[in-house]
Amino acid sequence: MSTEKKIKGQTRNRHRRFDAYQLLFLCLVFCLIALLGTILCTIPENFPGLADTVASLQEQSGVESPVTAVLLNFRGYDTLLEVMVLLLAVIGVWSLTKAPVSNLKTDISPVQMGVVRLLTPVLCLVAAYLVWQGSHLAGGAFQGGAILGAAGVLLLVSELDWLRAVPAFVLRIGLILGPLVFVGTALCCLFFTGELLAYPKGTAGWLILLIETVCALSIGLTLALLFGGGRPEDDVPD
Amino acid sequence: MITTLLYSLTGLILFGMGFFTLIIHSHPLRKILAVNVMGTGVFLILVATAYIPLGQGEIDPVPHAMVLTGIVVSVSVTALALILACRVQETSNITLLKGTKQSEDIKETGA
Repeated sequence: MSTEKKIKGQTRNRHRRFDAYQLLFLCLVFCLIALLGTILCTIPENFPGLADTVASLQEQSGVESPVTAVLLNFRGYDTLLEVMVLLLAVIGVWSLTKAPVSNLKTDISPVQMGVVRLLTPVLCLVAAYLVWQGSHLAGGAFQGGAILGAAGVLLLVSELDWLRAVPAFVLRIGLILGPLVFVGTALCCLFFTGELLAYPKGTAGWLILLIETVCALSIGLTLALLFGGGRPEDDVPD
Repeated sequence: MITTLLYSLTGLILFGMGFFTLIIHSHPLRKILAVNVMGTGVFLILVATAYIPLGQGEIDPVPHAMVLTGIVVSVSVTALALILACRVQETSNITLLKGTKQSEDIKETGA
């Protein structure tokens, strides 16, 4: 008993005490925070930022919400790359492991089934509404995608039988759909207007809605599959 | 102004705490959590910088758009990092959560 206490005391001591290098690093981090804090404090009050620039170009963007205009029109290139990052994350996860399969054969409790049946359609509806709302209020592909991802996670934790029957091929199509439509639109814009993601006049609103819808689907599927933690069983063997 | 500063400095402190843990601790889970805390700090700073009191002009949508995509990207990066950490556990003798030493570690920090 006493030796156990002694060992515990030793580990505690080891954790409490920092060695010289750690203290030095702590000082460096404090310096960094002080430096960045001074910079933050010296940002002038009522700094205009880019709000006025965005507001002046709002008419041309095809949507009423400034955040959506920035995301898919003014900085569309950025968003395109971010969608690609999501795709890369899934490719990475799928190439590393297979999805773990639980061997529990117990039935799903009726309460959980009820929750799944009630919540999944509501979540899908909310996601669709958020994507639609993105053109004039807060909302858009990423918010809708996050809600869809939540619906996917709900289905995954319920371990429904038909989820395992979904072929990997369908999942791959779903994953690639958003990035593919986005890149396709970008290339079409390049062909017709000479600039990447410079939408032709009058079509911006519809193109943005199209991109947002397919991207929301892909983002939702991406998040759910990341939660799944690996490639499906029937995928290409090692 | 004081609200913006308060949120920005909180974000900065979160960033510093995360950075310190990222460098000092060798445990993979702690590193992943530290990166998440750092990211949260950056998001807080960005949103606080874009904050304008109600009715005093338009918000700056650029930082909002950056944070919006950043959150989703950070979630996916965390997922990839966790899977990588699991692979490290499988292929080496590092234990992530099992075993007495690691649980001792967690108790220590929890106390």
